[in-house]
Amino acid sequence: MAQLTSPVTPPRTQEWWKTRQFGQIVHDIIVYTLLVLLSLVFIFPFFWMVTTALKLDYEIFLWPPRWLPNPPHWENFGLALTDPQLPFFPTFFLNTMKIVTLVVIGRLVSCVVVAYGFARLEAPGKDVLFAILLATLMIPGTLLLFPKYILFNRIGWVNTILPLTVPTFFGEAFAIFLMRQFFASIPRDLEEAARMDGCNTFQVITRIIVPLSVPVLTVIAIFSFKDNWNDFFGPLLYLSDRTQYTLAVGLAFFNGRYDVAMNLLMAASVAVMLPLVILFFIAQRAFVEGISVTGLGGR
Amino acid sequence: MAIAATSTGVQPATATKKPKRATQAAREARIFYLCVAPWVIGFILFQLGPMLASFVLSFTRWDILSPPVFVDIRNYTFMFTRDADFWQSLRVTVTYSLFSIPLQLMVALGLAVLLNEATRGIGLFRTLFYLPSVVASAAAAVLWTWIFNPEFGPINGLLRLFGVQGPAWLIDPKYALWALIIMSVWGVGGTMLIFLAGLKGIPGNLYEAAEIDGADRVARFFRITLPMLSPTIFFNFVMTLIGSFQTFDSAYIIGTRASGSIGAPAKSTLFYMLHVYDQAIAQTKMGYASALGVVLFVIILVLTLLVLRSSSLWVYNEAERK
Repeated sequence: MAQLTSPVTPPRTQEWWKTRQFGQIVHDIIVYTLLVLLSLVFIFPFFWMVTTALKLDYEIFLWPPRWLPNPPHWENFGLALTDPQLPFFPTFFLNTMKIVTLVVIGRLVSCVVVAYGFARLEAPGKDVLFAILLATLMIPGTLLLFPKYILFNRIGWVNTILPLTVPTFFGEAFAIFLMRQFFASIPRDLEEAARMDGCNTFQVITRIIVPLSVPVLTVIAIFSFKDNWNDFFGPLLYLSDRTQYTLAVGLAFFNGRYDVAMNLLMAASVAVMLPLVILFFIAQRAFVEGISVTGLGGR
Repeated sequence: MAIAATSTGVQPATATKKPKRATQAAREARIFYLCVAPWVIGFILFQLGPMLASFVLSFTRWDILSPPVFVDIRNYTFMFTRDADFWQSLRVTVTYSLFSIPLQLMVALGLAVLLNEATRGIGLFRTLFYLPSVVASAAAAVLWTWIFNPEFGPINGLLRLFGVQGPAWLIDPKYALWALIIMSVWGVGGTMLIFLAGLKGIPGNLYEAAEIDGADRVARFFRITLPMLSPTIFFNFVMTLIGSFQTFDSAYIIGTRASGSIGAPAKSTLFYMLHVYDQAIAQTKMGYASALGVVLFVIILVLTLLVLRSSSLWVYNEAERK
């Protein structure tokens, strides 16, 4: 850090509290104090979910609240997941994974291509198409619900995962818009150099745009994963066979049966949520690495 | 819009001078259509078609069981002149949007900037801030009812520490909507991530250059961060606006499902989408619900176009830089 200090005022003649190192320390103290305080506020609901999952029935409603259950009842997780009335959790998990994987792949592949077109290529009617794309974001979901159901029913897709997965291979306005904004901020020079070297559009996308866009691609993958992992209404509408249910639907049924046993409901909720949390924690590392790969972050 | 103006202005001139440029433009256009083809096909099949069907249905009375009956524009005249719930739901949705959108954007941006300043443990904090966004709705229902519980809830417990007797929140019509506005702040994890991706995309050498020129942190934030982040701010603004006008889950789970009556307490959380849902599912008035959906679409469309119009004044775009 010292070598960055402005040569006009050499460090030696400065008072110690004006030095760069001291400024950095004060800055870090303020930043981390705020981060810790704010994260406590954000983590609180999750903290309560986990501790409730580990409590006995009567402990939940104690006042003042017993913050940490003593002893923690880990068996609640086993009870919730192996409930004899609902022996489908492994099946629900596989069903959910199948849908979510297809959705993430479909969305990334289709949206990258469409967004590249909107970000970089010129053609008559492009502005009109982009305006339509934005407009589709404003269509209230319920407006489409029943006509879509009738459509999928007519082509025999109801009771399969096709209505939930196939449409994602046709792009999605939110992801396209987000990627387009990101692609637009990538310097054109790189791309022009690649074209000079004889790259075609497909190669430009796979070799220049995609590696430079790892942060935004990761964000979209996480969003798609989360939305479809937690999606309740879609699977409920299109999958009526119990063996096809997803975790979110299974959880809601669990909720319906265990009105009073809040600890078990919370145990099941935490278990369903855990893969998301783990995935997010892993993926956001790629997110950080993606930034260093781009060479756009710190140079 | 600036692109359209320049490209149409330039094309005829180059076309007459260099025919090669014209074929190149035609080639580029062909590739463009090829690129966006998946979306165009998907749009026609899964959005335009169903939307037109909904538009047609909005002029009918349809209870699903019997075939739809054409009723002219009576759904619309009823909505604007006699449906008090329509106006109430509009009032609730607009109030919510007015407060929750700026609040969400500022909190998300603040958290992202703070995270961007940190050197270590970013991953951990990022996960912590995102956690509330991944709670499934079935669990969220139980969770938030407890948090806002007037007797046992931690929010009123905290207020009591400062000697303030907190309101009854979800039970009091005066405060229920405010509880939902406060709640919306917990869900900014996604918006924060997009801001963070935007912040990471700002070239570091801009900051170094500004630092050499003697710009302090505040100046660098307002002169570099905000302008360079403007495309991201624009994106998040539009998305939050659209999302907030379609608020459904939180209101449905907290207000309606907890008490059994739609928009409870006393219709103070009767969001527009709740009204649509109520008309479509509970009352099975599919025709009228379609009409409500069409009106919501028009409202959101007009608002977004206004934001879009203003964007050329404050959004920086690398692609449009000439």
